[in-house]
Amino acid sequence: MGSRWRDIQQAIVSSQFWKSIFRVGIPNTNRKRVLAMLGNVVLHLHPVKTRKSGVKMRYTWCAGGVTFFLFLVLTFTGLLLMFYYRPTVEYAFVDILDLREQVPFGIMREVHRWGAHAMVISVWIHMFRVFMTGSYKPPREFNWVIGVILLVLTLLLSFTGYLLPWDQLAIWAITVGSNMASATPLLGIQGPGTSLLKIGDIQLVTSTNDARFGLLGGRFVGAGALLRFYVLHCVGIPLIAAFLMAVHFWRVRKDGGISGPV
Amino acid sequence: MSTAPNSLPTPPEDVSLDGVTRRSTLKWMALAWTGFAAATAAGLTATVRFLFPNVLFEPPTRFKAGDPSTYSLGVDERWKEKYGVWIVRDTNSIYALVAVCVHLGCTPNWLAAQNKFKCPCHGSGYYVSGINFEGPAPRPLERAEIGVSGEDGQIIVDKATRYLYERGQWKDPKAFVKMA
Repeated sequence: MGSRWRDIQQAIVSSQFWKSIFRVGIPNTNRKRVLAMLGNVVLHLHPVKTRKSGVKMRYTWCAGGVTFFLFLVLTFTGLLLMFYYRPTVEYAFVDILDLREQVPFGIMREVHRWGAHAMVISVWIHMFRVFMTGSYKPPREFNWVIGVILLVLTLLLSFTGYLLPWDQLAIWAITVGSNMASATPLLGIQGPGTSLLKIGDIQLVTSTNDARFGLLGGRFVGAGALLRFYVLHCVGIPLIAAFLMAVHFWRVRKDGGISGPV
Repeated sequence: MSTAPNSLPTPPEDVSLDGVTRRSTLKWMALAWTGFAAATAAGLTATVRFLFPNVLFEPPTRFKAGDPSTYSLGVDERWKEKYGVWIVRDTNSIYALVAVCVHLGCTPNWLAAQNKFKCPCHGSGYYVSGINFEGPAPRPLERAEIGVSGEDGQIIVDKATRYLYERGQWKDPKAFVKMA
């Protein structure tokens, strides 16, 4: 009985299928551990070795890890919400109400919303920790810049998601927020230098081709803005953020792992 | 036995270069990179231009607002929903106020009981004239160009042209319609 079980086990482990997935075997030596890490696209983003201080909660606060975890939660819950939410003036608001009333586990939207708030907070905490431990210093300056871009993308995700419930709070908050785009130098209708851009008496930048218009797809927050913000929120910004996160984690490894206490 | 070469080795005679020279390589490379750069620039231009549609399904800035005699004294809200404009008639003129708060762009409400415009976002308040008196609004509401059509005598409002109080433009003849 025992030997038959071992035979089956042996047959599975020595099959081509098994060996194509577990190419290194049991990683019982340092060499095999390194090979296993480097041969796997997900694992190779992480350092092969981690400093003792790198897994100390008191040192890292795990704020970056929490942020990434929240990003995964938001991606998953957001995907679920997309099955019910329609980004049109006619349906958006009622779909939001229906997500609470007509769908099992009506808290899914709440999880997405509170998760989003939590991610904005955790990203700041992560930045604060990195600053306080001096982890932005050489050779990690490049990764600090990537991190700042990721911070901006997080805030943009928060901003674009804010419009989607399509209630009064959302519409007017985005009206106020997007008005800032009209103050863009040269590209916004009220921006510095914009009035200099003209041929004869004809202004080149108008309310239908300035930066604010490009953001809203209209002269005010309407159907075009709702659709643009939806696409940016669900596809555009998450794609860029996911790519930069991969770079961010890979750079941590390339710069010698999580910085240690001096 | 072996002698150290004093000059670079010459390529073997039997290697055929098919007429490829340094010059011809550089020429093709220049052509290829120029083509690539041009295609990239064209693609980027098309992408940016794609975001700005040719047709806007928004209400026009210029609209006919009916006969002046249909307006009685005070603030008229009939065009607010569609065009975002209040038509106000005072004792001797009619003017068009743009219903966009000059603080951050929300739409104020007309509070008839308190005889003022009040913005719900941050509490800016304006008199019937459009002049601000409370809240964070830094200047009065803007007035739109207004006139009477020569054809049918209807009021014509054009939101594209604004008249600003702080620049003394409310006295401009196009900023109001004189009423007897």
